[in-house]
Amino acid sequence: MLDDFLVRATLAGLGVALAAAPLGCFVVWRRMAYFGDATAHAAILGVALSLALSTSVFTGALAVALMMAFAVSALSGRGYAMDTLLGVLAHSALAFGLVAVSFLKGVRVDLNAYLFGDILAVGQSDLAVIWIGAALVVALVTWRWSALLTSTLSPDLAYASGIDPKREQLVLTLGLAIVVAVAIKVVGALLIVALLIIPAASARPLSRTPESMAVIAALIGGTAAILGLRASFLWDTPAGPTIVCVAAVIFLATNTVTRLKRR
Amino acid sequence: MELVTLSGIGVRIGGNQALSNVDFGIEKGEIVTVVGPNGSGKTTLLRTIIGAQKPTAGKLHRAKGLKIGYVPQRLSIDATLPLTVERFLNLPLRHRRPDIEAALHHAGAEGLESRQMVALSGGQFQRVLLARALLKKPDLLILDEPTTGLDQPGSASLYRQIEQLRSDLGTAILMVSHELHVVMSASDRVVCLNGHVCCHGTPEIVASAPEYRALFGSGTQGALALYRHDHDHHHHSHSDHSHEHGACDHA
Repeated sequence: MLDDFLVRATLAGLGVALAAAPLGCFVVWRRMAYFGDATAHAAILGVALSLALSTSVFTGALAVALMMAFAVSALSGRGYAMDTLLGVLAHSALAFGLVAVSFLKGVRVDLNAYLFGDILAVGQSDLAVIWIGAALVVALVTWRWSALLTSTLSPDLAYASGIDPKREQLVLTLGLAIVVAVAIKVVGALLIVALLIIPAASARPLSRTPESMAVIAALIGGTAAILGLRASFLWDTPAGPTIVCVAAVIFLATNTVTRLKRR
Repeated sequence: MELVTLSGIGVRIGGNQALSNVDFGIEKGEIVTVVGPNGSGKTTLLRTIIGAQKPTAGKLHRAKGLKIGYVPQRLSIDATLPLTVERFLNLPLRHRRPDIEAALHHAGAEGLESRQMVALSGGQFQRVLLARALLKKPDLLILDEPTTGLDQPGSASLYRQIEQLRSDLGTAILMVSHELHVVMSASDRVVCLNGHVCCHGTPEIVASAPEYRALFGSGTQGALALYRHDHDHHHHSHSDHSHEHGACDHA
């Protein structure tokens, strides 16, 4: 069954959607959409480094995404607004990544594959990496859920409950780095953030509690992956972008329907 | 036995000395109010006590196993976060349904369990925050300007609720307030803060202290006059106040 590339692609998409959903909710609630961008763009630099050092793309992307996460945490609150800081880091990391790739003589790098992903080329070992990563992220977020949620509401409320919001921020950052590293092959650096945010935003109008929003976001992300892959197969469109298009249509649908219902 | 004791606490935030040399303590069942102008370090003091701000000097001692309930001044919940009152009250720890009902009752917010947090009115929101702080069965309840954004009847009834809590549950209460007339009537002790403790003691003592009058000036004449009238004897014997009456630092 895993021999079929479409089955592998679907499983890869489902894995990424599952891990991205709860993290995406936090990204939306904490207004840190740019953070996802920064981590994802930095991963391109990681891809370049991993090719130069001949390690796996996953290792390189994870290492750089983590470094980026720590850099942002360390630099925040030192005079620059967060969006400025992330803008500087995200785009310079992307630029350095692109320049670094150009130094790699003799290695043929299909940059397109890392910017836009190539879900149809996912192999069995990639699939294992994605699902292990997804399981790790889901376990991490489930374990820290209450503390993360309290810190998201208010750092001071967290302190008063004996929770260190800085540690929770680090947990979230770690989760993001893992998702970016496993997803870069599937949807690519430019579309990872879409998979984080769009399912969460589509789930919002349908949810009454944070937990239901995370579950519904996972369902929507999974649906987008399945339908997007089918559509891309039928109409011969690029797979990653088609998945994101389906997610965007779902976003439009849930938000419109809820608004009409309220009238 | 004091629940919290601060000795010589100093806090620097980004090169700015927010608090210096603060000595302060609160006992079981006491209501203590912190007053002071904007930027005087009131919120910094509360954040230091709950552990959100590390002091850069001095010692902070909390009684063993002390449970603190904290009601922040403002809590902005992002509209993208769906959160019922009941779920909010169960953060970070789950509580039993009867406990939740009791906390909402004590805070004067019965029947709001299934409402969305973002859809609450200002007064309901403050009361739900209070209920959440109560669920821990705190020994010490810390409130930062609990009546921000409430109208006068709203804040009067919230303060009555807070006093009721002390008599019902024996909780010590530490709050920051700018409503001086309320402070003066409801508190056992008042701490007047302006980067340092410039004056503390019973409301009558603080109200008659020159430091306090220098900070709050003529706008509070009405409230102060009331106290000077009722408790005139206090500032004649200023030099020999006993400990529980407090003292004013004339330095």
